[in-house]
This record gives sequence, structure tokens and C-alpha cells, in this order.
Amino acid sequence: MNDSTSIVAAPRALESEKSRSQNRAAVRRATNEPVGVQIVLIALALAFLGLFLLVPLAVVFAEAFRKGWEVYRASITSPEALAAIKLTLLVAAITLPLNTLFGVAAAWAIAKFRFKGKSVLITLIDLPFAVSPVIAGLIFVLLFGRQGVLGEWLMARDWKIIFAVPGIVLATAFVTFPFVARELIAFMEAQGTEEEEAAMVLGASGWQAFWRVTIPNIKWGLLYGIILCNARAMGEFGAVSVVTGHVARTNTVPLQVELLYGEYQFAAAFAVASILTLVGIVTLVIKRIVEVRAHSQLKAGSG
Amino acid sequence: MMSTFRFKERSVLPGFGLSLGYALFYLSILVLIPLSTLFWKAGSEGWPHFVSAAFSPQAVASYKLTFGAALLAATVNMFAGLLVAWVLVRYSFWGKSLVDALVDMPFALPTAVGGIALATVYGPNGWIGAHLAKLGVNVIQTPIGIVIALIFISLPFVVRTVQPVLQELDAQLEEAASSLGASRWMTFRRVLFPYIWPALLTGTTLAFARAIGEYGSVIFITSNIPFRTQITPQLIYTRLDEYDYAGATAIAVVMLVVSFALLLGINALQAWSRKRMRG
Repeated sequence: MNDSTSIVAAPRALESEKSRSQNRAAVRRATNEPVGVQIVLIALALAFLGLFLLVPLAVVFAEAFRKGWEVYRASITSPEALAAIKLTLLVAAITLPLNTLFGVAAAWAIAKFRFKGKSVLITLIDLPFAVSPVIAGLIFVLLFGRQGVLGEWLMARDWKIIFAVPGIVLATAFVTFPFVARELIAFMEAQGTEEEEAAMVLGASGWQAFWRVTIPNIKWGLLYGIILCNARAMGEFGAVSVVTGHVARTNTVPLQVELLYGEYQFAAAFAVASILTLVGIVTLVIKRIVEVRAHSQLKAGSG
Repeated sequence: MMSTFRFKERSVLPGFGLSLGYALFYLSILVLIPLSTLFWKAGSEGWPHFVSAAFSPQAVASYKLTFGAALLAATVNMFAGLLVAWVLVRYSFWGKSLVDALVDMPFALPTAVGGIALATVYGPNGWIGAHLAKLGVNVIQTPIGIVIALIFISLPFVVRTVQPVLQELDAQLEEAASSLGASRWMTFRRVLFPYIWPALLTGTTLAFARAIGEYGSVIFITSNIPFRTQITPQLIYTRLDEYDYAGATAIAVVMLVVSFALLLGINALQAWSRKRMRG
């Protein structure tokens, strides 16, 4: 591309300013649709997104506040809602560090070294994304449920996993398993190994290279993976619904939404749902900011 | 031969054994062992029992509905997703970055919330459902409702897969095509589309793979009527509720095999897409 521009640069310089702008307009006409077509396409795209995304999003808040602020406040501060929020926060607080530690370990091995079977490992990491949430719940019921493989052994010790918090944590960790690893593998692969190698050659220990070179380099990619993981962990419904089987004493927030909706308490259901919707919106905002930072960090790293 | 085989190439960086070991340990404990339980359980019931549970008329009806609705939703998203990606990359309009961010909403919004919102919007008294009801279109308790939910949850896949490809398209290609006398439509069809196609197919397959497993948003729109609106994940759930573990397992194995095949297909598509972009 550089060659071609240098060849045409000389005659271009002789062109008048006017003909140059005419050229540019002609190119734009040739590589862009007429304004009318553009407007129609934009309108169609916005109509589609409006019908399928914006309207459902707006209805959450409209329904949540339909009976006024007082009902909304009472709905989200009821003991059941607060217990659900507490449980959801607890599950996320256990799941996130586990999956983050795994993600960093997997990304270090995969992105910084060459070894046999790497692509198989990457496919295996993606597996949970391909599994239906209901099946994700089912496999833990088959392992730890009363009729499960370890059912009797657990019963003898009076350990509860299914219909209890450990089951919710396992199911959530399963469905959110790939998030951090995936982001970090892509991020670390783009950055290469040169900086760590330089640190090692200059006498740093492995941990020093990791903490002082790698972690600062991947911090935005790491944050990106963690917030996506968090959004899914707090919002997971299918898998958690299977392992709790509607008999758990405490619900997570999404299960509480289902319970209220099933009892025709629509205003309360949407009020609790609006909390999750806010989590989602905040996630998207942070994601946007992090995307910009991660992008510039990646550019700086590879440049 | 054996002496030249090396599992890992040499590197000055440390920590390979520790990081790979831990990653494999965690992967096995959380994913591989639990998933293999499913196949072990299915195998322990014996082949005839497996077949009768996995391919009972009710199960087959649920497969048809699930795969049909997912295919329809993925196809809608193929067209709509390409349109949205095109508009976001090519044109500038007020509020574009907000719209761009909105596309990810189904990823960030819990499926249960999406489900109750869609059920309300498209319900007989809803903002959109009321108008559809006047036209005689009923969404709730029908396969149409399932398709709408699946369109919602799988919407971002096509957009997010096609968008980067559109961004990287070389403007010179289009300039060359137009200077050779091609019309805009012809340029799109003959020059641009072959570049976009692999990514479009990848995104559509991703959307389809996501849609067949969906549970949370659908259950609020339809009420699990066998042979009519019961999707496969709902059937698995129902079997579990009846303590028919073997039945749930058999159906789950069928779904899982399809999902794995799709995952491998997506990997192959992505490799093809990357090659196409470089070449």
C-alpha cells in the first residue's frame, strides 16, 4: 500500500485542490450507498433493535414502577429479595476468583508456550458455552443428587450439595467457566512473550516477571473477562434452577424473579428484575470503557 | 522417532507445568468429570432403554420444535445481524455508539429477565402484543413466542462476528470494483459478500448453537405443553421433576452430541474464516 501511494503522490501534488475534492466525492459515491438507501437501512436496523431489545428493556422499568415508588421500594427491600441478593452476591464472590485463577493459569500455559494438543485444550475450555444450562444443572444432579453417583456417600456424611448453596456455586462456575480464560488467551497471545523473556534474561524470577510484566500488561483484558463472567454468574437461571429444584430455602435473584412472576406478583417480579437489569447496564458501560482501554493497551503492547 | 518427539517446545519462561497442571485439574473437576457422568449414566441404562427414552414421540416432537425454532431464529438473525453490523460499521448517525452498546444487551441481561419482559411486551395486553392480537397473531403459548425469545437471546452473535470483518475490509476493493463499472449491488454481491460470508455463517451457527440450549427466556412465554410448545431443555427439566433421571439423561445426551458437533463445526468455520481473511 505504501508503494502505490508514493507512486501516485507526485502527480497528485500537481492536481488542483478542487479536482482532488471532486475525486474524493466520486470515490465516496462509488463506495457508499445513496443517502436514501442509507436512511432506509438505518431505519430498518433500528426498528429491529427497537422491537427486540429496546422495548423489552424499557418494559422492565415501566412494569417495575407501574404501582409507584413505594411498591418498588418495598419489593426490593423485602426479606426474600434481600436474602436473594445476598445469595447471588455470595455465589458470584466464590465463582469469580475460582474462574479467574483458572483463566490466568490456562492463558499463561496456552499463550506463552507451544505444546502438543493446545487446540484440543482450547476447544475443551469452550465446552461449557456449548452446553445447555439445563444440562449443566443436570450433570451435577447426576453426580451429587440423592440418586447420584456420590449421593449415598454424601448422605452418609450429611453433606448437601444439590438443593443447597454448593450446587448453585458448582452450576454457576460451570456455565461461566470459559469467560476469563477466553479473553485472556486472546489477549496474551496478541502480546507475545518477548517482554517476559526480556525480564527473565535481565535476572527477574518467574513470579517477578509474572507480577511486574504480565499482570500490568493484561489488566484490562482480565477486567473485561471478569465483568462478563460476573454478569453471567449473577444472572444464570437455567442451571441454577435445575440444581435447586424449586425446593431450596433461599433463591438467587433470577429464581426470585421467576417465583414472584409465577405468583402473579408482576410489579414485584419486575422490581427485582430491574436490579439485574441495572447490573446488566452497568456491565455494558464498564465493558465499553474497558474495551477502549484494552484495545489501546494491546496496541501499545504489540507496537 | 521417539527421541525427537517433544510435548512442549523449549522456553526460558517458567511455570508451564504449574499453570497447565492447575488448568487441567480445574477443567477436569468442574467440566470433564461431570460431563462424562452424563455419558456413563446413559450407558449404564443399556441401549434399548436409551433409544426408547431418547427417541420417544414426545422427545422427537421436542427436537423438531427446538431445532426448527432455533433455525428460524438464527436465520432471522443472519439477515438482521448483517444489516445491523453493516449500518454500524458503514454509516454514521446520531446515537450510534449507544446502539452499538445496546446490541450486547442480551449477553448482559439474565435470560429470566428477558423472558418476563418479552412475555409482557408480546402478551395480549402488551405494547406490541396488543397490536399483534388485533391482526390475529398470538405469540404467547405458541411456537412464534419461542422463536421471538430465541431471536432475542441469540441476536448479538451475528452482529459481533460480522462487525470486525466489515471493519477490516479493504476500501480499495470496492474502489476497484466501481472503477471497473460494477454497480453498488453487484459490488456487494460479488466482491464484499464472499469476504463476509464465512463470518456470517460462523455467527449464524453460533446463534443456532446458543438457541437450541436456551431455557430461561422461553419458559415464561410458553407453558411446556408436550407436542406443542415443549422445547427439549424443558422436557429434560420435566423428566428431572418426575425423578426420571435415565429419561432426562438420554435426551440430554442427544442434545449434547448435537452441541459438540456444532462446536467442532464452529471451530472449523472460524479457521476457514481466518484463512479467508488472510488470503
